[in-house]
Amino acid sequence: MQSNIGRDVARPDGPAKVEGRAVYVADLSVPGAWFGGTVRSNVARGVLLGFERDPTFDWSRVAFVTAKDIPGENVQALIVDDQPVLAAHAIEHFGEPLALIAAQDEATLERALAAVRPRIEECTPNFDPELSTRVFKSIRIEKGDIDAVFDALPVGARIVEGVYRTDSQEQLYVETQGFVAFPPDETGTIKVLGSLQCPHYVQKALVRCFGILPEKARVVQMETGGGFGGKEEYPSVLACHAALLASAARRPVRMIYDRHEDLAVTPKRHPGRVKIRAAFAADGTCLALDADVLFDGGAYTTLSPVVLSRGTLHASGPYRWPNARITGRVVATNHVPYGAFRGFGAPQTCFAIERVMDRAARALEIHPYALRRKNALVAGDTTATGQRLEWSVGSMEVLDAIARSSAFDRHPWGVARQETGAKRRGFGLSFFFHGAGFTGSGEALLKGRVRVDLLADGRVEVLAGSTEIGQGTNALFTAIASEALEVGALDIVLATPDTARVPDSGPTVASRTCMVVGSVLASACRTLRERVASSAGTTWRERARTFLLAGGDGSVTETYASPAGVRWDDATYTGDAYPVFGWAADVAEVVVDVDTCEVDVVRFFTAVDVGRALQPRLVQGQIEGGSLQATGWAHLEVVTTKDGRFEQDRLATCIVPTTLDAPRFEVTLVEVPYPHGPFGAKGVGEMPMDGGAPAVLSAIEDALGIHATHVPATPERILALLEKSHEVAAR
Amino acid sequence: MKPIFNEADPIELVLRVNGTARTLRVPPMRRLLDVLRDDLGLTGSKEGCGEGECGACTVLVDGDAILSCLTPVCQAEDAAITTVEGAGFDTVRREFLEHGGAQCGICTPGMIVMTRAWIDACRRDGVEPTEDGARIALAGNLCRCTGYGAIVAAALAAAREGSA
Repeated sequence: MQSNIGRDVARPDGPAKVEGRAVYVADLSVPGAWFGGTVRSNVARGVLLGFERDPTFDWSRVAFVTAKDIPGENVQALIVDDQPVLAAHAIEHFGEPLALIAAQDEATLERALAAVRPRIEECTPNFDPELSTRVFKSIRIEKGDIDAVFDALPVGARIVEGVYRTDSQEQLYVETQGFVAFPPDETGTIKVLGSLQCPHYVQKALVRCFGILPEKARVVQMETGGGFGGKEEYPSVLACHAALLASAARRPVRMIYDRHEDLAVTPKRHPGRVKIRAAFAADGTCLALDADVLFDGGAYTTLSPVVLSRGTLHASGPYRWPNARITGRVVATNHVPYGAFRGFGAPQTCFAIERVMDRAARALEIHPYALRRKNALVAGDTTATGQRLEWSVGSMEVLDAIARSSAFDRHPWGVARQETGAKRRGFGLSFFFHGAGFTGSGEALLKGRVRVDLLADGRVEVLAGSTEIGQGTNALFTAIASEALEVGALDIVLATPDTARVPDSGPTVASRTCMVVGSVLASACRTLRERVASSAGTTWRERARTFLLAGGDGSVTETYASPAGVRWDDATYTGDAYPVFGWAADVAEVVVDVDTCEVDVVRFFTAVDVGRALQPRLVQGQIEGGSLQATGWAHLEVVTTKDGRFEQDRLATCIVPTTLDAPRFEVTLVEVPYPHGPFGAKGVGEMPMDGGAPAVLSAIEDALGIHATHVPATPERILALLEKSHEVAAR
Repeated sequence: MKPIFNEADPIELVLRVNGTARTLRVPPMRRLLDVLRDDLGLTGSKEGCGEGECGACTVLVDGDAILSCLTPVCQAEDAAITTVEGAGFDTVRREFLEHGGAQCGICTPGMIVMTRAWIDACRRDGVEPTEDGARIALAGNLCRCTGYGAIVAAALAAAREGSA
């Protein structure tokens, strides 16, 4: 039998997608369904006093739900119980949901929404994280003694300092968020169907909101049109809203956001400010790192503590720092809550440390490639948390590969080339790692489960809570299961993620679906194969049928166990932050128009160590797609706020890259197998988001001689830096 | 002044969708996208933005790619409308699958329809299909998954296959 590892299998979800048959939540035809809408705050901070409802409107025609109508707890269950499902008193951000309305048609819904006015006493909001006194989470990582280094620097050592800022970013999944909810059935079960990444998160939210048992909250994932983290936590909010309306209206309710509403109220990437002070020996050796990370968390905790965790754990970059102090805090403001977005805190800190490496290279007159190579962590080294890197450390391999593909190591970076034209070309490098799976003890606590069931015809059904959101879970699980069972792809059936059927495999986040859930799946399949192996038959299906007819138990459920020896101390932030890291290096080639200051990323080289590329086409898709989100964030995706509102309120102003903005990608897959991953694989989903911004800004520096410190490097920001550099030159 | 007609009042019109004539009573200014999706059950065409920025709702009207979210249904009366569910997309579909041009799939219908419009235009005008040509043709269709490389490769492969 031909192996499906390293060879692309057909996407099980592919044919329906290209024929227009795939069913997304907005495509559901639900007879008798009403339309749901949300009454929102038009201020960023205030106190809700009540609602004025226009008496001329016939309110008996609609369902109207406020905080008082919530049968369970008015809590959006996630990490900390600070966010209500509907504001009852305090209002903490613009667009906060205050009440819900459902009506039989959209026109009536619009009239009803216009006929209600919340009475709000406005309070003074704070939008500046530096001024915030409410800290969601603070973290301190300490290694060695940085003060001793800074107090007594060796001869020739250099200190490099900088403050690096990153603005927010919109996930811009092309399918907006949406749910269809059904009222409780005769058993009291509430069913919701939606666009989501994490069915069991939604289930937990419904359990708290309705005060019901988990088996009474049934969550079904529809085909999902992109997530990128944006459908990690927010679907729980929308599912609760739709289900509350369905309960009140006693009929199914559709809530499909239009793009304006989606852009206005759903969580985006945390804006970041990273201050770095780093000491390097004269020969470029990293001596000490002092980094301080500040993230704006927005109005509620959501996932901010974990985003900060990943941010601080990646602030050192993939470098050997004998001494490091990394402090971080994520604070409350009256912005719309920020949340999960691919990379999850790491892109912000990766950007800062990579810009510092460029600055150090310039100060020390060492080539940026050589500086990175000199300090790159290798097997046997320890990270800032004291994690000793044991396995699958592809740092040198990706640096070798990027030099081969881009020849950046021979490029005279930052050296003034006598270019005089309006278009200036530049190249920039970034080098980065990304922890795969949940941070610290997360996977041990999560205990992700997978079930495989032998069907009567001998096929094997995979039951997992992991969702297909475009990244290729379905094809990946087909390949892993068929390889572990030693059967063909056609012998594998995938269950729809439906909490009534599939076990909780943990969320579809954190680059964990392949490495963590995939390893549990492989293990469960091997167990099943061994059970069936001795049954009579010449083919798998024959043996399987014999096994079942003899009364064999064809159902196997297995649970993830962290590799032996992985230790993490949450109190001191020391130990094995992740079971393993992916490694990567990017080189961006840009052409900058000095008249308009527009940046064109023309080519993008990337070398990525994924352990083993189980499905090369999927891995390539993750890398190219993630890299484009990264280069988009680097120079053209602008997300700004004014008085707590996002200024980019529609796709005409919320810009993301088109075919004409996308570089030509040259991807090199590097494979340094991870012994505890399925067939050597580790995570890849988030990593491509980390390196694009620093590589592009490094290339802009190469082209123009300006050290941009703020993402995105818009034409306006580039112009300001050019003007400043001309002023300096003129003095 | 009294309006000549009330745009909310349904009118009877005939739409020819994917080769079948359908008689409908619809308000004339209803979006073609809503008629296709809600009235005719053709949910392959998607709504990503509702204002002509994302291209997910692209359909062919008499061979031209148009944005069905910006088109009142009355404008498509008597025209031949082809959606992603229609005929003539086999090569493009196959190449999208072969190259990994469909990930989450939500932009895919619009991409496939636009790709075919581009291939047809290349043929009609005797233009050699090139990568730059494909990128220009697909610049109005947003994809957030792929980075576009796989989509452009699929479009080119389909264009070359068809002309061979």
